[in-house]
Amino acid sequence: MSDTAAAASPKRHRTITIDDNAGPPRATARVCEAASCVSGNASDITARLAELTEGKDDILIKRVGCLGLCAAGPLIEIAQTGELFEHISPDDVGPVVTALEEVKPDAERQPQGPFFEKQVRVATENFGLIDPESLDDYLSVGGYQALRRVLSEMASAEVREEISQSGLRGRGGAGYPTGLKWTTVAKATGDKKYVICNADEGDPGAFMDRSVLESDPFRVLEGMAIAAFAVHATEGYIYCRAEYPLAVKRLRTAIRLAQRAGYLGDNIMDTSFSFNIQIRLGAGAFVCGEETALIASVEGRRGTPRPRPPYPAVAGLWGSPTLINNVESLASVPAIIREGPEKYAEIGVGKSKGTKVFALAGRVVNTGMVEVPMGMTLREIIFDIGGGIIDDRPFKAVQTGGPSGGCIPAEHLDTPVSYETLIELGSFMGSGGMIVMDDTSCMVDVARYFQDFCREESCGKCTPCRVGTTQMYMLLDQITKGEATEDDLAQLERLAGIVQRMSLCGLGQGAPNPIFSTLRYFRDEYMAHIVDKTCPAGVCQIEQPAEVVA
Amino acid sequence: MPIPYTKPAPPSDDKRWKIVATRMRRLGDRPEALIEALHAAQEAFGYLDSDALEFVGDTLGVPHSRVFGVATFYSFFMLKPQGDHTCVVCTGTACYINGADDIIEAFDARLGVKPKGTTEDGKISLLTARCIGACSLAPAVIVDGEMQGKAVTDELMAVLETM
Repeated sequence: MSDTAAAASPKRHRTITIDDNAGPPRATARVCEAASCVSGNASDITARLAELTEGKDDILIKRVGCLGLCAAGPLIEIAQTGELFEHISPDDVGPVVTALEEVKPDAERQPQGPFFEKQVRVATENFGLIDPESLDDYLSVGGYQALRRVLSEMASAEVREEISQSGLRGRGGAGYPTGLKWTTVAKATGDKKYVICNADEGDPGAFMDRSVLESDPFRVLEGMAIAAFAVHATEGYIYCRAEYPLAVKRLRTAIRLAQRAGYLGDNIMDTSFSFNIQIRLGAGAFVCGEETALIASVEGRRGTPRPRPPYPAVAGLWGSPTLINNVESLASVPAIIREGPEKYAEIGVGKSKGTKVFALAGRVVNTGMVEVPMGMTLREIIFDIGGGIIDDRPFKAVQTGGPSGGCIPAEHLDTPVSYETLIELGSFMGSGGMIVMDDTSCMVDVARYFQDFCREESCGKCTPCRVGTTQMYMLLDQITKGEATEDDLAQLERLAGIVQRMSLCGLGQGAPNPIFSTLRYFRDEYMAHIVDKTCPAGVCQIEQPAEVVA
Repeated sequence: MPIPYTKPAPPSDDKRWKIVATRMRRLGDRPEALIEALHAAQEAFGYLDSDALEFVGDTLGVPHSRVFGVATFYSFFMLKPQGDHTCVVCTGTACYINGADDIIEAFDARLGVKPKGTTEDGKISLLTARCIGACSLAPAVIVDGEMQGKAVTDELMAVLETM
């Protein structure tokens, strides 16, 4: 990230403010500066474009948050026409400048294809529109209207009621009704209450929270402030992974700007409501996504979970009632309050209302960040939005829910996505990672991979998880090496059941899920390893000269 | 009888201790600042030696045993000095199915370094991360803080070998 080049031009900082007299620019280039594109030198691209358009007042070069289509990054969009420039390098911005000069004043946005058209954006509505480090930009798209409405017109009970009506459920994965959680915290007795934003997005293959924090950090702060008002909290923490330096940097900037403008701190918007937010960095422990472990970590201790109840809503941080919500849940709150809960509840299916942000990754063409209404089928997400499988290889499975989730095979592609349907399929919503696998992935190897993950991330507090995950890993390792028998498989299944039932927290309880789901849909692959001593996908190295599958 | 608390002096007159001490003071020198303080020390010195752990513990009033417990619990904290250049190979699911294992093997084969190790000449340290959230760029490697998406093993190794 070359700050020197990026700082070279003052123009990149020009943003449209509400009272901008100059009027809207004729042509605007939106340069994606989220982590994926930044790693492709997006900051240099912004600086280079600004340099080349110096002096042309009708052209605006704007740094924006994630445009979503990470596969095509570094990505630039021309706002007026919707034209996209993919895989741009700082030395090759000529075509973009030409296109900017050719934009006509009456230009209309052209359709950008199914990746963009099929999405429904609520939590990510400002992605690719605003400069994530500009409060003015956030205000220009309706930012802080929700908080203003809450503070000027609503009682805290009304806020909780609206969130309940919207049907919003925890977007961290478990799907606990957000309104109910808020009510529990509000009704709990305690002098001091806390709001914690869980930004410890540890699921491998999930990067929605990172994108939200990098692209629209003010939104999370606004959501937290609304939550704090609703549950009578005065202090907030954002527990963010240290692995997300750009997200942390933008959050720090956002907190500073919001404090200075009176949207955070004492007497917010000149009311009696005060709320402060601090950032706490994680330090690479997956288990800290579990709420009691997260609290231990915020308190500066080893992140080990404790038995619940008491739930954090009653006795959380330093024994006080604490509301813990995921980034995406909080990011949905301002839109719900601003647009009304009915509008949000209209989207979705059954008990799963609203939209869900997914991170598409793996062997899919359009990897990136997408937000879709609940109830869209997996096929639409992977093949219409995702553009299908790389090199047109056959689809094998999609993994959702991270290490606590499962693999869903092709025959269930037409299932509408919701909390309930995914559980029926033996998987889990999780935080929203969707990893697409083709025939080059061995499902036994995938199960082994997740077990390796759980075994290393187990905090060691309870025996079923500490010992069980290691034993399951060893059994799976034997299977992938072709050294296992059918008795070993039976032992694995028995053990998985024990770990699932006996573990203290979600990490251990969910750890057997990848095994259960791969056994449910891909038992033949297990048998091929055990009986025939072959790996159908050719991933596992089984020492047997006769049967090498390419 | 309670032992009176005196703030310890920094282990040496290295100016970087001031950064660590300031960070702790801002958080009230209270025990809950432990993880933040360790982050500050690691940022300043690159790793945590026993001097750092003791200084942080004594300032915050946390027993050394607990400081060590926390520093070893979290995989982000390093208790050994790192090489001149640090490479972090992401082993998240998307990177895994796109060949992160091959990259790690190449580190071993071509540079003779395994995860959590440093090359003999002290130039390159290899770490793995559970997921750096760059799944759309899989396989991803971070070299000295700069992310390299869609890492091609041969190119990466060629760059590292000249470092």
